[in-house]
Amino acid sequence: MAEEESMTLIVFSGDLDKALAAFNLANTGASMGMTVNMFFTFWGLSVIEKGSLDRGKKSPMQWMMGMMNRGGPGRRKLSKMNMAGFGTHTMKGLMKRYRMPNLDESITLAKEQGVRFLACTTSMAIMGLEESDFLDVVDDFVGAATYLSLATEGKVNLFI
Amino acid sequence: MEADRTIDCVGLYCPMPIVKTAQEIKKMEPGQVLEVLADDVGIKSDMPAWAEKTGNEFLGLEEDGGEIKVYVRKAK
Repeated sequence: MAEEESMTLIVFSGDLDKALAAFNLANTGASMGMTVNMFFTFWGLSVIEKGSLDRGKKSPMQWMMGMMNRGGPGRRKLSKMNMAGFGTHTMKGLMKRYRMPNLDESITLAKEQGVRFLACTTSMAIMGLEESDFLDVVDDFVGAATYLSLATEGKVNLFI
Repeated sequence: MEADRTIDCVGLYCPMPIVKTAQEIKKMEPGQVLEVLADDVGIKSDMPAWAEKTGNEFLGLEEDGGEIKVYVRKAK
């Protein structure tokens, strides 16, 4: 067996299609024996948020932003052809028909396979998010230096 | 080809056949052969790539109409 290789994925986008692409690669990498780290930042944080509407410690502006772009894997939309939700709904239906895992299932699978989930603390601060705002999948709350130190070890590093 | 275990991945698309192969191989003994039934042609390239990366042995594949049977031996 080859020595263990690693890959990192920066999940910057909160779009459904891009998140699915990121998880497909993460799950494949884990299946290939690679150590996989996913670093969720900026809009990407919404992929692993619970999507609570609680005010928490958010400022009025942050709370409003959270309402307008509510987090949670089930609320992600396509980056193209969303068409007020119709496009996203249709795509989800097609994926089901072709027995492709949805975003929730992809997240569960990634956790089962040992993919590590890291959340960017700077983005959390901008958006007024706390650790309790996230699904119980996050391994650690970290900054850019942690990502870069993992990326220098990684043979595959992608920004999605 | 004789196999110790078979998984049915017909109707599944990338990366699910590879993910399921990795999960099944974990449960097997070294030297045992896994048969993967699939119909997504991506597996013809993906399975050898997966085997090379993980150190398992790709034994070949058989095609019968749209169905592809892929064989992998778990590394010793």
